[in-house]
Parts: sequence; C-alpha cells; structure tokens
Amino acid sequence: MEIVLALAIGVLTASGLWLIFRPRTFQVILGLSLLSYAVNLFILAAGRLRSDAPPIVGRDPASADPALYADPLPQALVLTAIVISFATTALLLVVLLASRGLTGTDHVDGEDGEA
Amino acid sequence: MEGAVAVDDMRFLLLVLILPFAGSAIAAFLPQRGRDVAASLTGLNAIAGATIIASFYPVVSAGEVARLEMAWLPTLGLNLTLRLDGFTWLFAMLVLVIGALVSLYARYYMAPTDPVPRFFAFLQAFTGAMLGIVLSGNLIQIAFFWELTGLFSFLLIGYWHHNQSARDGARMALIVTGAGGVCLLLGLMLLGRAAGSYDVDAVLAARTAIQNDAAYLPALILILLGAFTKSAQVPFHFWLPHAMAAPTPVSAYLHSATLVKAGIFLLILLWPVLAGTESWFLIVTSVGLATLLVGAWSAIFQQDLKGLLAYSTISHLGLITLLLGLGSPLGAVAAIFHTVNHATFKASLFMAVGIIDRETGTRDLRLLSGLVRFMPITATLAMVAAAAMAGVPLLNGFLSKEMFLAEALQTHSGTVIDVALPYLATLASMFSVLYSVRFIHQTFFGPAPSGLRHEPREAPPWIRLPIEILVVTCLLVGVLPALTIGPFLATAVGSVLGESAPAYSLAVWHGFTVPLLMSFVALLGGLALYILFSAQLNATEQPPFIGRLKGRRTFEAVLAAIVQAARALLRWLGTKRLQVQLRLVILAALVAGTLPFLRFGYSRGPLPDTLIDPIFGLLWILGGACAIAAAALAKFHRLVALVLLGGAGLATCISFIWLSAPDLALTQLLVEIVTLVLLLLGLRWLPQRLPDIWPAGSKPGTVGFRRGGDLLIALLGGAGMAALAYAMMTRPLPGSLSRYYVEQAYPGGGGTNVVNVILVDFRAFDTLGEITVLAIVALTVFTLLRRFRPAPESIQMPAQQHRQNAFDDAREGHKRGDTLVHYLLVPRAIIQWLFPVILMFAIYLLMRGHDLPGGGFAGGITASIAIILLYIANGTRAVEATLQVVPVRWISAGLLCASGMGLAALAFGYPFLTSHSRYLAIPWIGDIPLATALIFDIGVFAVVVGTTVLILIAIAHQSIRAPRAKPVNAAPSTSVGEPV
Repeated sequence: MEIVLALAIGVLTASGLWLIFRPRTFQVILGLSLLSYAVNLFILAAGRLRSDAPPIVGRDPASADPALYADPLPQALVLTAIVISFATTALLLVVLLASRGLTGTDHVDGEDGEA
Repeated sequence: MEGAVAVDDMRFLLLVLILPFAGSAIAAFLPQRGRDVAASLTGLNAIAGATIIASFYPVVSAGEVARLEMAWLPTLGLNLTLRLDGFTWLFAMLVLVIGALVSLYARYYMAPTDPVPRFFAFLQAFTGAMLGIVLSGNLIQIAFFWELTGLFSFLLIGYWHHNQSARDGARMALIVTGAGGVCLLLGLMLLGRAAGSYDVDAVLAARTAIQNDAAYLPALILILLGAFTKSAQVPFHFWLPHAMAAPTPVSAYLHSATLVKAGIFLLILLWPVLAGTESWFLIVTSVGLATLLVGAWSAIFQQDLKGLLAYSTISHLGLITLLLGLGSPLGAVAAIFHTVNHATFKASLFMAVGIIDRETGTRDLRLLSGLVRFMPITATLAMVAAAAMAGVPLLNGFLSKEMFLAEALQTHSGTVIDVALPYLATLASMFSVLYSVRFIHQTFFGPAPSGLRHEPREAPPWIRLPIEILVVTCLLVGVLPALTIGPFLATAVGSVLGESAPAYSLAVWHGFTVPLLMSFVALLGGLALYILFSAQLNATEQPPFIGRLKGRRTFEAVLAAIVQAARALLRWLGTKRLQVQLRLVILAALVAGTLPFLRFGYSRGPLPDTLIDPIFGLLWILGGACAIAAAALAKFHRLVALVLLGGAGLATCISFIWLSAPDLALTQLLVEIVTLVLLLLGLRWLPQRLPDIWPAGSKPGTVGFRRGGDLLIALLGGAGMAALAYAMMTRPLPGSLSRYYVEQAYPGGGGTNVVNVILVDFRAFDTLGEITVLAIVALTVFTLLRRFRPAPESIQMPAQQHRQNAFDDAREGHKRGDTLVHYLLVPRAIIQWLFPVILMFAIYLLMRGHDLPGGGFAGGITASIAIILLYIANGTRAVEATLQVVPVRWISAGLLCASGMGLAALAFGYPFLTSHSRYLAIPWIGDIPLATALIFDIGVFAVVVGTTVLILIAIAHQSIRAPRAKPVNAAPSTSVGEPV
C-alpha cells in the first residue's frame, strides 16, 4: 500500500508541476489542483496508513484508545485545506479571467511571449 | 511636586511611558486651532511624568533599582521590563523637564499657520520614545525605542516638509541613525548572548563574562556604531548640521537633552561592562577626540547661528565620548555631569537663537549686530548661556570642563594620546571660547543691524521663561554645585559606578591648579584669537583643512551607489515572468529537499509494507493515468482535461475512504462538484486555443529545450515526493497531539467524531481564521467581478446558443430559449423535487457532524450544491425571480454566529471559544448532540454556503450581464450582493 500511495503522490506531483510551468492560465489552475491532491494525500500519509479505523470513538472511556484509530490530526488539517483550496482556485480563476479581460491574452504574464 | 514620597507601585513607571504616547494620539486629532490645547497637553504631560519620576527619588537615592516586569513572550525570555536607577532617573528628569520647557517655548515660537497640533503630536511621541530608551530594562526593548526615536526625529526634522532642505535633512538623519540602529541591534544581541540574558541588570552584573567572551569585540564595535551615529561622532557627524532645517524648538530638544544624547546615554549605561579594555579606550577615545576637535574647529567658521550651535554640539558630544573612552571612574563622573550641563546651556542657546531668528529674520552672523539695544533681556540670557558653553567660571560649564581638563592630565594608557591630550584639550577649549565670543560679540554688540525687514523687539515674556529657567539653573549649578546638582549627581554616579565610585569634589574653587591654568589659557587664548582673526572668520565660507571633506557628498555618493547596485542586481537577477519564478521556487525546493538525503543517505524505514490491495493498485493506475492525461491535454482539450482532473480527484477521494478518513472523502467529493462547476463557468471566458502558435517546422529549438527542462524538473519533483512519502510512511509515527485529541474528544469535546471535534472545539480558533479567509476570498472574487471586462471575442454568445436561437427562430410557435427549456425539462423536474431533499441532507450532515462524518464544511457545500443545481436547471433569471439568496448575509451571519459563540464563552468566564456540551433526548428522534460547538459549526456552515454560492453566482452572472464594452440591447446588469 505504501509504495502505491507514494507512487500516486509522485505522479500527481509531477503532473501538477509540469502544468504550473506552462504558460496558459487554465493549465496553471489544473496544475495547482493536481498539486493540492498530492499534498493532501501526503499530509494524510503523515498519519500513516490504516484501513477500517476511522477516528470515530465510542462514548465509553475504554474506546478512546488512540491505537484503535487512524490519526485524526492530519485529517483535520486536510479537511480545511480542501475547502480553502476551492476558495483559492476560485480566486485564481477570477484573477486570471480579469487579467485576460484586461490584457486580451490568457498568458500568465499578461503578454503573449513564446508558447 | 508630590515631594519625596516613595511610590511603591512600579506601575507608575509604565504610566510615565504611556502618557506621552497617549498625549500624542490625542494631539494628532486636535483641530488646527487647537494649538493651546496641544501645547498645554504636551507641557502638562511632561510635568506629570517628571513628578512621577521625581517621586521615585527616595528609592533610587537609596541605591535601589525600581523595576517593573510584565510578561510578554516569556518563552523567548522577552518581557516588557522597565527599570529606574540613579542615572536613568537623572536622564529621565532631563528629558521631561526640558521637554516641558520646549513645549512652552514652541507654543509661542510656532506660527499659527503651521499645523501645530501635529507638531506636538510628533514631539510627545518622540519624548515617549526617548523615555522608552531611558527606562527600558531589556536590551532588545532599548533597540526598539532607539529605532522609534529615529522615526519620530525624522518626522520632527522634516516637519516643514514643503522645504527641500528639511526633507533632505530628515532623510539623512533617518538613514544614518537608522543604519546605526541596525548595528546596535546586532551588537546588543551579541552582548545579550555573551551575558546570558537580555535583562539590563543581568547584563550589568556580567562584566567579566562579557569581556572574556569571543564576541566582545564585534559586539563592542556594533554597539559603538549605533551610539556614534546617533551621537553624531566623526565620521558620522555630518547629519547633525543638516538636521538644523528643523523648527528651532525641535533643535533645542533633539540636540540638547534627547536624540543625540541617546548615544551618550547608552555609552554611560553600558560603561560598567564595556569600558576598561584596550579596544574600548582606543576606539572611543580617538573618536571622541576627533569629534571634539573637528566640531570645535568647524564651529568657528560657521556663519549660520544654528550651524555654529550644531557644530558646537558635535564638539561637546565628542568631549563627553572622550571622557567615557578614558575608562576612568572620574572620567565617567565628568561625562555624566557634562551631559546635564550641556543639555541646559545648549537648550537655552537654541531657544535664544530661535528668538533672534524670529525677530530679525536672519541667522547670518555677518548680518546680525548690535541686538543688545533691542532685546537686552534675551541678549543677557544668551550671553550667560554662551559663557557657560565657553567654560567661564561661576557657570556650570566651567565645572565639568575643569573636571575634563583635570582628567586629560592623568595618564591612562601610556600611548601618545596621553601625551597629546592636555594640549589638545586646551586647544579645543580655546576654540570653544573663540566661537562663543564670536557668537556673542557679532550678534549683540557693534552698530545697529541694517537691512532687516523690521526693527527687532524684545521677545514676549512667556517665550523667554524657558530660557530664564535654564539660564538660572546654569548659574545656580555654577555657583552652588554641591547644594544643587550635587546629591542627584552622586546618586547617578553611584548607580553607574557602584563601589568604584571615586571621590570627587564639586566646588568652584580648588586652589591654583593646572586645570585652572589650562582654563585661563583657553579663555585668554580664545579671546586673543577672536580679536586677531574676527575679520578673516567672517570672510571664510568653509573651515580650512577639513572644509573639503563633505560628509554630505560622500553620503549621497554612497546612497546613489547603493541604489545603482540594487537596480543592477534587479536587472541581472530579477524577472517579471511567472514561469521563471515558479521554476526557481521549485528548483530551490528540490535542492532543499535533496540536500539532507545527500548528507544522511536515503533509506526506507523499519516498518513492513502493508499488503497491497490489487484494487487499490488498480485505482491508482487509473488515477495516475487521469492525472498524466490531464497534464497532457490541458492546453488544447480543456473540457477533457477537466473531466480527467475529476478522475484523479475521485481516486484521491476513494483513497481517503480507504485510509479511514470518511470526513475527508465526503468533503472532497462535494468540493469536486463545486470546483467542476466553477471551472466550467470559467471556461466560457477563455480564448479559443489555436492549434499551435508555431507553424509546422518552424518551432525554435529553445522551446523544445525549455519544455524538456520543465519535464525534467517535474519528474524530479514527482520522484522526490514519492521517495519522501515512502520514507516517511515506512517509519513509525512519533508521538503527537493526536493522542490527547482522541482521548479527550468525547469527555472534553462532547463528540465522537474526533476530526470534527478538533475543528470546532480543540482548534476552533484556527477554524475561525479559516472561515474568515473564505469570507475574504468570496468578497474579493465578488469585487473583482463587479468590474469584470471580458475580452472582446468572448462577449459574443457561444456557438451553441446561436444554433439554439436559430433553431427556435426557424420553428413555428417557438420563441427564443424554448429549446433550452424543453431540453432541461426532466432534469428540472427532478431537481425541483430533489432540492428540499438535498437541503435536508445538508442539515443532517451538519447536525450529526459532531458524532459521525459530516459537519459544517460538508453540510455547507451540500447546501450550496442544492442551490447551484437549481440555478443550472432553471437558469439564473428564473431562479432569482422566485428565490432570493443573499450570500453576503449568509457570510456575515455565519461569522457573527461563530465568533459570537466564542465571545459568549467569555461572558461565562471561560477563554474565547470554549465549548460546552450535552445531549438532548427528543422522542422518536433520539439523542441529539447539543454542544455549543454546534453553534460554531452552524457558523461554519453559513459561511461555507455563502462563500460557495457567492463565488459561483458571481461568475454565473457574468453571462447574463451587459458587457461593459457594448451596453446596448442586452439584459440589465444584476449584481449578487442585492437580490434582483
């Protein structure tokens, strides 16, 4: 499992990096989305991999044993990251649309250089 | 005066510091005509401060140090510490009393047309900063207030900012003293490290440790750089004469008791721990000596009265520095004494010059003459003060100068400095007599001045009062030193020197001694020189020998060179191209990530791999393929790339479920939906992609090269992340906070879903910050889109709408838009029915979030999806005709709800955002969790609904809005903030 998830993170990162180096705004937006998948998985993996152990405890004190559950802390971090990444994607999209309206091009530098 | 009552409550020290800043804030908002109020406020504030400081005298005279400590960052050893000992008591009194006198003087000096309240605001803030230096009990705090004095002196010197020379002088002072301030901060940090504490009292007790530390010399040099720039020592003295462009009250304050004395203050404060070494002696003595001579020599040749006083100030500062450099206890006594004396006579002289300037309209010595006839009282006052400056007996300047001359005769180091010092000291005193005589004689004696605008008159009594007080002080101290300044000086000396305080006698008459002889040689020599050379002095424009050394020119050349170099560096290294910047950032991250592995090697951890589930493997074969395909197709096939991105997102989402993170999977799935809608809405405004801008066969080699490079970086980055992730996952998990969260989730947070309890209870403050960010982003998007101007080629309706309209036009009985309506009939019916169901589901997610996967984020996005679906199925206008969603209100209600819940905890005496929980049993439904955290989660819910809807609707509205470029025959523009 570890090797699969590590490779998945690697593939997502590589695809995302390739896209954020590209000159067209749409490519950069997609690239950032792919990178955020990779980073979210990486943060989750920092709590190590557990299956079938969601951090939902019972009401009796005996069930509150941390060894029984996946690590909840990275999950809490990723949860807000997911929502925030939607907001930043939206902001980036709107800035780039406005920039396109002002400059007439969807090049990230606002002027068409080379492709 | 409150009298000598010991104030036990050290918080009064804080009050002394707060008063001027509070007064400054008040004065800043007074109206233009409020100058009486502003001046009284400033004066009374200073008097109040002086009264409080005076009431501490019994404490400090007993040899104790009054201290006030308030924890600020205790973990870093940084506290707000105020301290008051005998020496700082004397200095604080000096700052406050002269501050009070200057405010009285300034009230009558400043023209009513000037923005006077602003002047007093700056003046008080400056006083506060200066008191901050004096009262600070922590080295870093001293550096902070040090910079603050630089800032406020900049504002004061540049007060007449319409005046070019005022702006230049202010800027020069700021840059020179500011650069020194940076050195000082570094030096104080080194000093604190060597002493093992930043606390001043601890540092003062650590003399041996400091002087044996390897960092002693660098710390000393850096601290001296700070002190020398501030106290205008050669070669940094050039800023002081340029600062004379300030209003005269400012000069009287900054260059007598405060700004330039800050450097001296620091030297005296740290004298017990820094002085006494060979490097201290060599550096401080020679700099002080050079400053003494250069200042006195230059002062002789000044034609501007304020210039003369400026150079004389430099010379006296050099004298004090020289005394401190000698390293002998008696030298330190003389330095402290002369600091006080110089402040009194120099302040009064500046004030007198201000009066002369106001009455005659000039400060040029060659134009002034015979003023004693018109302003006898001012003339007398100025003469007494100038005599004190020259060191005439029976005045305070004489006493400290005698001490200086006596000290100059002693052997200190056995170097050539010892041999030359008596002669050079006499010479400098002679110069001092010469410029004082020149000042008095040319200004007040001789024939009546000609060519003045109007006949000068005696100054009004109120403006003379501060000068009278200061001059009387000069006289009293000069005649009866032991009865006036004696005890205070002894207290100050005792606190600096402690047990090594030397015996000294404060008397006018010590018998016929060598210093007395030197004094008389200086007096007579100065007089004789004046008689011989007065005509030549009037004819010179700049001092001989050193006149060519223009500090200002060097300063400007250095400044210009720095700016040039910065520009060149920017041209050479800087880029405005995003792609280049991103490449550099990623490359830097790659290097930073690789270095540790190069050093320590790469190995997988000890944990065995968990068994690979083939389905999970298959999932990521698909997910990885989607990601790579999305990367490849994003340029020419946007829609396909978007769908493929969704594929990668789905794989991520399934991985979350697989890895026991149901909350994440839920949220990710919902966010996927809104992101997809968002990007689809954005696609409408992007330009059509041409196949390739390079015609076949003409693609330059550099393009391929660059793409190859990008691919390489991307692959390296991906491989690095994979390797890093693998190394991390195969190592055991170190202990973390998670343990506490799991154990306390139910007993402490009242919920069983640990992730949700962390978000809304344990780390609720973070979440509050996050929803605030969401709200800000939404408002930014909304604002940006209000003025959105699409590119001209995107304004046209999309091709599909054209075709639909043509089809509708061609059919009998059809009107435009019918095709669309018919086409979406079934989805619309379904969504109409589903809308309440989805909303219910959203509320269900919200309510159960504390115990089971769900919560405000997931619920909020679900609710907004319900609304978006309604928009998609019915069209924007149809929805808004019936349903009014006001997302801005949702956002504000949500923020109020979340922070109100936090504040409510305060009302019950708990810290901000403390939550309380219990379960409520409702028949038929069962236990529902009723934690107050639920209220917080409702706030999160509302903010998320508002944000998502606001962003999506704002973009959606662009399509039905009249394009700004073409206002005719289009739908009326609508905005989302107000319902249509």
